[in-house]
Amino acid sequence: MATTLAKAADGGTQTTGPAARIEHVSKSFATPAGQQLVLDDITLDVAPGEFVTLLGASGCGKSTLLNLVAGLDRPSSGEISTQGRPALMFQEHALFPWLTAGKNIELALKLRGVAKADRRTRAEELLELVRLNGAYGKRVHELSGGMRQRVALARALAQDSRLLLMDEPFAALDAITRDVLHDELTRIWRETNVSVLFVTHNVREAVRLAERVVLLSSRPGRVAHEWRVDIPQPRRIEDTAVAELSVEITEQLRGEIRRHGQH
Amino acid sequence: MASTETTTVTEGAGPAAVKDGGRHDMSGLEAGLDALETVQTTRIPLRQTLVQKVLPPLTAVLLVLVVWQGLVSFKIVDDPSKLPSPSAVWDEVSDAWLQGTLLDYIWTSVSRGLLGFLLALAIGTPLGLVVARVRFIRSAIGPILSGLQSLPSVAWVPPAVIWLGLDNKMMYAVILLGAVPSIANGLVSGVDQVPPLFLRAGRTLGATGLRHTWHIVLPAALPGYLAGLKQGWAFSWRSLMAAEIIASSPDLGIGLGQLLENGRNASSMSMVFLAIFLILIVGIAIDLLIFSPLERRVLRSRGLLVRS
Repeated sequence: MATTLAKAADGGTQTTGPAARIEHVSKSFATPAGQQLVLDDITLDVAPGEFVTLLGASGCGKSTLLNLVAGLDRPSSGEISTQGRPALMFQEHALFPWLTAGKNIELALKLRGVAKADRRTRAEELLELVRLNGAYGKRVHELSGGMRQRVALARALAQDSRLLLMDEPFAALDAITRDVLHDELTRIWRETNVSVLFVTHNVREAVRLAERVVLLSSRPGRVAHEWRVDIPQPRRIEDTAVAELSVEITEQLRGEIRRHGQH
Repeated sequence: MASTETTTVTEGAGPAAVKDGGRHDMSGLEAGLDALETVQTTRIPLRQTLVQKVLPPLTAVLLVLVVWQGLVSFKIVDDPSKLPSPSAVWDEVSDAWLQGTLLDYIWTSVSRGLLGFLLALAIGTPLGLVVARVRFIRSAIGPILSGLQSLPSVAWVPPAVIWLGLDNKMMYAVILLGAVPSIANGLVSGVDQVPPLFLRAGRTLGATGLRHTWHIVLPAALPGYLAGLKQGWAFSWRSLMAAEIIASSPDLGIGLGQLLENGRNASSMSMVFLAIFLILIVGIAIDLLIFSPLERRVLRSRGLLVRS
């Protein structure tokens, strides 16, 4: 089990089909005012090893879509298929405060069925991967916001899933910490070759990280536009190319939001 | 866009070199952030603990003793059958100690109380869990369980005597009826207060069914459960005293409740005071020795205990 990361980095023991396939997915919720359509006919594939960001204003249903892909909820119509159970990271770190950083990761390993003897070593490898070597015995409240999200990332990676879902994981962090975590995430994504579906409302963040940016319209959420981001990694959030594409995407996003003011 | 201009300049100087320098900066930056933002925890020195935690309650006790002695010395209450002097109560303590009965009184009650509490724990915990997790059972007996909590457990003494007779079984029944609802309710509210985020996180990690309960729900509910245990002990102790006072019988041995009742029958106010003090002290001691440290440990390890 300790070699799973290396195996993944070889690139493709598992190249059959996309990491996630979302086909004509719609979702509506019952409200006092009747059925409200939140997601309308979304079709989207995430290729193995691909990094996709979902971008949209409030009410575009991006978190709903992520919940559907994570299997925490069912679509009203359409189909979602993933290879195995995806790992999910939240905006809040969601680490269990009754466990140390290391034991949080070990719980994920245990629930996945990793043998007891291998858990400790594997947890320490994962902490090393997020550059938190000394944090094994630390309690959650003893860690800073950025460190907590790195432990949460390590715990998500402990699931050894082919698909990592991230729901605005850096939104609550300060700008400098967020920059650092962007770097970490890009490095880890390239090292592990995991597929990432990353939800955000921050255009620059989306362009900084992704190979493909998908813009959702709001109420109901539909795929409004897609961009392939060919800027070579490692990128920085202040790079010209990142800024230029961000301007273009922001224009589109504003257009989507304006449409709602008109009726 | 000021940043656009800056980037253009650095790119002219050679993007690759800048990128490499940037990488280096970032990991240095990360180490700096980690060092800056890590919470330092230090232990409070012993002297400070003594001054802040031990001194105030000692002062309060001393003040009560001074006022009490004053009431007797200045003959404000001049009737030993109403208010014995502190020295008379102290004589009662040393007599009981010299006769070797003091520890017997205490142990008779404490052993009953703790055994009853452990039984209540063994029944209340699974009951609370089932009520918290199974919707039908919750709507069926949840309200009754909360209602039972406000029923004074002394009300159970007469029926318990009729059903079980004057023996230890009756005592345990009264303790159980007093403590089980508190313990179960504590667990129910502990489970209710588990942040939904933990439940979702647990489910995405693949915890389902019993494993979800064991690894996620129970540890997350522990603070509420402990609060319930603490209250459960208080209820056990109170119920036991009520049972011992009302249902005293020579076969049962003399516990603190019987001691109090004996003092009343002998019109010995100093014995009554002795019994009341012992009941109070045992209640405080069990809390200080068992429940408070347990609760503090759990809260501290989760960063929920704020030091002022």
